[in-house]
Amino acid sequence: MAKLELRGVVKRFGTATVCDGIDLDVEEGQMVCLIGASGGGKSTLLRCINLLEPIEDGAIYLEGADITVPGLDPQIVRSRIGMVFQSYNLFPHMTALENAMLAPRLVRNRTREDVRPDIETLFTRFGLADRMNNYPDQLSGGQQQRVAIVRALAMRPELMLFDEITSALDPQLVGEVLDVLLQLKHEGMTMILATHEMEFARQAADKVCFLKDGRIIEEGPPSAIFVAPHHQATQDFLARALK
Amino acid sequence: MKDGNAAAGLTRRQRYEAAQRKRSILIAAASTLLVGLAIFILVPLTPGWDRVKRSFFDIDTLVETFPRLLDAFTINVMIFLWSAPAIAILGLLIALARDTRSPALFPLRIFGAAFTDVFRGIPVILTVYLIGFGIPGLGLPRPWNSPYIWGSLALILTYSAYVAEIFRSGIDSVHHSQRSAALSLGLTERQVTRYVVLPQAIRNVVPAQMNMLIALQKDVSLLSFIGPVEIFRQAGVFKSLLANFTPYVGAAIIFLMVTIPATRYADYLMAKQRQERR
Repeated sequence: MAKLELRGVVKRFGTATVCDGIDLDVEEGQMVCLIGASGGGKSTLLRCINLLEPIEDGAIYLEGADITVPGLDPQIVRSRIGMVFQSYNLFPHMTALENAMLAPRLVRNRTREDVRPDIETLFTRFGLADRMNNYPDQLSGGQQQRVAIVRALAMRPELMLFDEITSALDPQLVGEVLDVLLQLKHEGMTMILATHEMEFARQAADKVCFLKDGRIIEEGPPSAIFVAPHHQATQDFLARALK
Repeated sequence: MKDGNAAAGLTRRQRYEAAQRKRSILIAAASTLLVGLAIFILVPLTPGWDRVKRSFFDIDTLVETFPRLLDAFTINVMIFLWSAPAIAILGLLIALARDTRSPALFPLRIFGAAFTDVFRGIPVILTVYLIGFGIPGLGLPRPWNSPYIWGSLALILTYSAYVAEIFRSGIDSVHHSQRSAALSLGLTERQVTRYVVLPQAIRNVVPAQMNMLIALQKDVSLLSFIGPVEIFRQAGVFKSLLANFTPYVGAAIIFLMVTIPATRYADYLMAKQRQERR
């Protein structure tokens, strides 16, 4: 049994079908990269997995349990799955530390004093110890995105979703965020990334899926996808992306 | 080309701008002088000027009535001080009621919409009359027949409707990605509103709400129509007594002493916020 299984996931916005029957298995500890042009359904698929968007058809299983049963309380599922967004989405009225402490306090009903040591450890681990008491607008883009990752990790998720988390960053700040992902992979975190960082996907991913028009056209280890793609669409996309 | 005079050391652009600045100042000074002269020369030439001067700008009357007007103004301040917090709380509750998505609270949502429609649609003075005369008309025992209570309630209801709409615009101004991020952490809808959306929404509308406070400070005077002897009513009493309108000018001065600094402060907050958004 895979950690996460998607079976025939369909998502429509009005008449537009954004996810058109997606099947995907993610094993424990795997890093799966979703690649493809913008509008291919990568971000929407991640939002569906985190139940931020209800799906029209199909099912998603987390550790074998269907999390898309209508009427299921989404809060419990979301607290087990962490998500990081392209635009960081830190809460601007809270310091970095307060950002990360909010969910453990409210969702897990723990006190500030109780959660604080764990979260300080997280900040230290990702090189942010001296930034904990800064507000988001006092941090660089790369620092903000690392705080967003810490905020998601503070809930001790079993699975992390990353939605193009380096796309809004200046090129020289991309590296520090990708390093965090490598560190997480090393620690055995199960991760799904929607990304345009082809070089990173080639080096770090266990599995790469190419999405186009809401379908997974081709999937496999990066050695196969990047070196010998079968489909014309994949070849065209990679030719443009790796130029 | 070399420029050997005092302007040396300045760039071509800086010299041009300095000249422009000098020109602007000269034009502004000339036009202000012209308008000032027109007022000070032409207005006193009007046939009724002497009469107006005596009945509106009589210094002796002003000096005589000013302290008593200030006393009466404390009543305005009192009514303002207990109405403003009530408006803030009721306005926020109405805003939340109108945005609630829970089906069990649907009646609350309807109520919120009806409330804002009704009280934004009636002139303040009419609400003051209807509530201020209507409810004590029920024959309530003292102190429950006080016009202070029901007049304040009329202001509270009217202003809450406007304040609620401003809070709603503040809630809309918080980007939906903030909601997504908070939900993705496992927070409930209610926690998202309480801890993530509202603190940002309220901060965003502080300048707009400041303007509502200034308007409220002025509208407190409407209660004079149902009884309380606040500053406007007191000025009216003096007018009848002295057969002179100068007390009204005195009252206007007192209002301006409060509203001008408050308006400046609201403008300052708004300018600061614009700067932060950039």
